[in-house]
Amino acid sequence: MEVERPAIDVRPDLPWLTIVWNDPVNLMSYVTFVFQSVFGFTREKAEKLMLDVHHKGRAVVSSGTREEMERDVQILHSYGLWATVQRDS
Amino acid sequence: MSTGFKPTETGVSIRLDAAEASVLRSLVGLVLGLVEPGATGDDPLERALGIGATAEVPSDPVLARLFPSAYEDEEAAGEFRRYTEATLRDAKRADATTLIDTAVGGEVELTAEQAAAWMRALNDVRLMLGVRLEVTEEVHEEIARMSEEDPRYPAFVTYDWLTYLQDTLVRALW
Repeated sequence: MEVERPAIDVRPDLPWLTIVWNDPVNLMSYVTFVFQSVFGFTREKAEKLMLDVHHKGRAVVSSGTREEMERDVQILHSYGLWATVQRDS
Repeated sequence: MSTGFKPTETGVSIRLDAAEASVLRSLVGLVLGLVEPGATGDDPLERALGIGATAEVPSDPVLARLFPSAYEDEEAAGEFRRYTEATLRDAKRADATTLIDTAVGGEVELTAEQAAAWMRALNDVRLMLGVRLEVTEEVHEEIARMSEEDPRYPAFVTYDWLTYLQDTLVRALW
């Protein structure tokens, strides 16, 4: 028996992610400071994420709805960080 | 040379000599010249919401770095750009203007709000120079090895000075 397939992707609410990418200009202190002030992270958590960006080339800094992630990315761009939105996969 | 930023009760302060203040103002002036005001469409609603006229990635690599694509997908990136870039341009121009208006020789006292604008404006200048000079993460070591006769030397030293200023500013605000 053939199963009817939905025409659109109906996977339930896969979260969207904000990714910050490494770049040679942004200072480690500055990136940590921005993570703390934008997301309210503790210094420890902000530093860990900053080091992930630095060593792994990128880090997921927030997740949620697409609209929330676009807002986060816009704020990060205002600080000059290189941030993108993508769907969790 | 200045000793960087120090925290104060209401914000931060820095002592700049007249030449340093002048270099800062002209560098930030370059960013201001590059980042034109956000152009919106003719539609009054689009203008009110800051919806931009362009969805294209800027051709200048500095602008492409200051306004990065938010999505890998070109169409989604263009749409995001249309909705955000004009606002972002105006915000960067406001930060740059704050710095230019307050960077004078002598003791510069900044409120926390002005300090935050300086921090972002210094970052934009560093991004501009960093892209133009094609700096790598080893830039500090590279400058240490560079001959003073190297034609790139003054620009790299300026970049290093801006790095120092921004780092002391972040630490003064922490």
